[in-house]
Amino acid sequence: MTTKLFGEPIPRREDPRLLVGGGRYLDDLGPGALAAAFVRSPHAHARIAGVDVSDAVEVDGLVAIYLWEDLPDRVGEPLPLLIPHPALTHGRTAHPLARDVVRHVGEPVAMVVAVDRYTAEDVCALIRVDYEPLPPVVGPENAVQGSALVHADVPGNVGAHLVQEVGNAREAIEEAEHTLAFRLDVERSASMPLEGRGVYARWDSGDSSLRVYTSTQASTSVRMAIAATLELPLPSVEVVAPDVGGGFGVKIVHPWPEEILVPWACIRLGREVKWTEDRREHFISSAHERAQVQYVRVGFDSAGRVLGLELNILHDHGAYTPYGIIVPIITSTQALGPYKIGAYRVEFQSIYTNTVQVTPYRGAGRPQGVFAMERTMDRIADHLGLDRTEVRAANFIQPSEFPYDQGLTFQDGRPLIYDSGDYPASLELLKSLIDWDSFEERRAEAAAEGRRIGIGLGCYVEGTGVGPYEGGHVQVTSDGRVHVSTGLTSQGQGHETVFAQIVAEELGVDISDISVVTGDTRRFPYAVGTFASRAAVMSGNAIALATRKVRDKALRVAAEALEADPGDLEIVSGIVRVRGNPTAAIPLKTVAVLSNPLRYAFDAEAARATQFAAPGSPDEPPLKEEPGLEGRDYYSPIRSTFASGMHAAVVETDPVTAEIHILRYVVVHDCGKLINPLIVEGQIHGGVAQGVGGALYERMAYDEHGQLLNASFMDFLMPYATEIPRIETAHLETPSPLNPLGIKGAGEAGVIPVSAVVASAIEDAEGLVISRMPISPSDLYDLRLAAARGEAERTSRSAG
Amino acid sequence: MNEITLTVNGSVARVVVPARRLLSDCLRHDLGLTGTHVGCEHGVCGCCTVLLDGDPIRSCLMLAVTADGHEITTVEGLAGPGGELSPVQRAFHESHALQCGFCTPGFLCTVTALLRDNPAPTEAEALEGVSGNLCRCTGYQNIVKAVHRAAELTAEETGPDDDEAVR
Ligand code: FES
Ligand code: FES
Repeated sequence: MTTKLFGEPIPRREDPRLLVGGGRYLDDLGPGALAAAFVRSPHAHARIAGVDVSDAVEVDGLVAIYLWEDLPDRVGEPLPLLIPHPALTHGRTAHPLARDVVRHVGEPVAMVVAVDRYTAEDVCALIRVDYEPLPPVVGPENAVQGSALVHADVPGNVGAHLVQEVGNAREAIEEAEHTLAFRLDVERSASMPLEGRGVYARWDSGDSSLRVYTSTQASTSVRMAIAATLELPLPSVEVVAPDVGGGFGVKIVHPWPEEILVPWACIRLGREVKWTEDRREHFISSAHERAQVQYVRVGFDSAGRVLGLELNILHDHGAYTPYGIIVPIITSTQALGPYKIGAYRVEFQSIYTNTVQVTPYRGAGRPQGVFAMERTMDRIADHLGLDRTEVRAANFIQPSEFPYDQGLTFQDGRPLIYDSGDYPASLELLKSLIDWDSFEERRAEAAAEGRRIGIGLGCYVEGTGVGPYEGGHVQVTSDGRVHVSTGLTSQGQGHETVFAQIVAEELGVDISDISVVTGDTRRFPYAVGTFASRAAVMSGNAIALATRKVRDKALRVAAEALEADPGDLEIVSGIVRVRGNPTAAIPLKTVAVLSNPLRYAFDAEAARATQFAAPGSPDEPPLKEEPGLEGRDYYSPIRSTFASGMHAAVVETDPVTAEIHILRYVVVHDCGKLINPLIVEGQIHGGVAQGVGGALYERMAYDEHGQLLNASFMDFLMPYATEIPRIETAHLETPSPLNPLGIKGAGEAGVIPVSAVVASAIEDAEGLVISRMPISPSDLYDLRLAAARGEAERTSRSAG
Repeated sequence: MNEITLTVNGSVARVVVPARRLLSDCLRHDLGLTGTHVGCEHGVCGCCTVLLDGDPIRSCLMLAVTADGHEITTVEGLAGPGGELSPVQRAFHESHALQCGFCTPGFLCTVTALLRDNPAPTEAEALEGVSGNLCRCTGYQNIVKAVHRAAELTAEETGPDDDEAVR
């Protein structure tokens, strides 16, 4: 047997180049390219009355300035609405450069191309745009009043309105023994990868071909968008995602204005052009997420079983809806978590405001849904005087009940049916890891020292590996090397490693002979993209299937050469051999040679496949199937596979300063079979860290004029190492029955329940009801003062 | 325009730069050393950290002309002469202390200087030592682990020091 690789914590194969400065990130490419920079709106909402470039054109080194009116028809059109939905009755997208009206601070108004970025920015500073300010619309609750409009033709600023209902929730709530109703608020945050976006384009005027490098999560689709918009034949356009310095969702949106404008300018000028986003641009012109106002009504019995739940969401989607209403749909559906609740009604309005557009950020609506559900569970427990874990257990879907149909439509347009899971086992494991049952003793000990601690938990289910499909290609060449490619992109998830692990194990070759390429349309032009924790599930399975094709072919070809039955053959360390007879063997590289009948010998190995060396039967054509030892296959699941997890935390709150410290953080995680535990743990750590950011620190501080007041790393508080607790993880492995490898996605898991967990723990420590996130020390301090004035709600435990 | 001389990773480089050119841009674009990354250009993220005369600095906060005459080590200069990874680089690999790798050069330079000054940091010192750099991917836990691992590897390589031998 080849060494077992699937499931092993092998160190990553992408590291060596990244550790020596050998990564190729977008801005590392194209050293001689012209630089682009953008004039962006300083107003949240304004009419553009005129643009004066008279001073700007004097700058030495300027190459071109473009306004919307300079763009040809197709290029100047509004950007595509990527995911239309019948409920999105008023979808609107931006023009690549603003046409007449700007709708958020940061919207691009003019593009400048110059010899270098310094010069391009000098030019931008000299372009005078005459703006006539219009009333800004900020905050979804203001927006929905409809007194001022973001888009003149969208009444009430409502882009979409959707109701999903299973059973009669309102009736169930009315009839329930107990009911509660409350409001929750979640602030805006953002993906905030350390590398911003960027685009670099090269045009070969000789053969009219375009190559675009872009820091994207969806290179194949960027390619199609560019070809369509610039009216180029698809085969003449190549798009490559080079090393990408983090994505977390923001880079799934496409085409960004710059992804159209940079290639367009490059072709027009006949020069290489590059644009690299700077940090302020990233804050004000990429995308944010999370902000929602939620109203919950719940009816339940004395055991804490939910009989009816009604969730009303006001979702702030910013100025445009290029990514449709995926985020509130996910919130609506994934709020249900691991629970079977009696009847459910969820309604959302997705609202325009004069702020940066909202598109998925890791978790993509799930953190908000889980916040709603888990805050509800805690309130029920508090109301009934039950342990919080008991209430959850009372509502769990049981292991025997899978597949479990929640009766709703998920983000992929398919029924929300959970494939597998074991929620009671997860909870038991979580409780024992965090010593849930003995916490009161620890609380008392801490109290005796004048310290205040609390414990909290949160549970979630995450639909991962959404379709429609991904593909994989595997080729063994005559040097024995194995070349693997898939169309989806990587932003640090270790795909080069995990996909190689899959191929090594499936094919029986050494991992050192395998190389993996992702996100390069020259190698694999069909893909959907990297999002929704889908890469390992989708491409992993597609690559496994492609590898199996290669293996079958290798066995067929080798069987003929060895005069054996393919069923008797095995592949070990790159050698095909007859089981139990090591002398009857042939290396895969020779099989690769033999699988391609040749006329010409270009090297000694190839000579073995030429017409006189391998004459074959005179009655059969030399080529029996496609030449080459390679295989391509696709994986297309009937529906998503549902990973799950539960987190618990112990926090300490300072009685005087209201400082909040997470003392312990425990994760129980079930993403089916693990391909590489090292990498899965890393994904969880990173996710939890982003969750902690969202729970305690990060918010997009818009003022009433629509100015983003904290658009820098100085003011937007991303956690450093000192803010992140040590994360203790444990894994359950409930395989997915839906795919050949039995795996589920893991990329987003870590972030999903953190706000709910931290809120639960702070509430427990303080005895004050927590209903908005993030919560800073000042927020907590103010909440204490409000409670002292009788203006903030206390938990019954603390009040009683 | 100003002609400056920098010693970068042991080689002397003469560059002509405008006074406003950032050191980070000079390294990346004039010298082609793109291993040094920029994540914010306002001194907060630490992606652009390089060693100036051995000490970690943010190259986005220094003008290239200010560095005239100084010695600079970038991530490209951390490996040994034969390309063998330094203990810090190896420790990051073993500990899975990088994901997208964008913050990594800054962390590697920071940790290299940290361990030179304090070869056996405590948990708190290791945490403190890396807490000036942002990473959006790893959650830091494995970075802190890598600091300790690097300390171990360095100790193994240099052998027990005199003090320890005496004890
Ligand atoms: S780029 Fe220098 S500190 Fe962020
Ligand atoms: S590894 Fe991606 S930012 Fe640190």
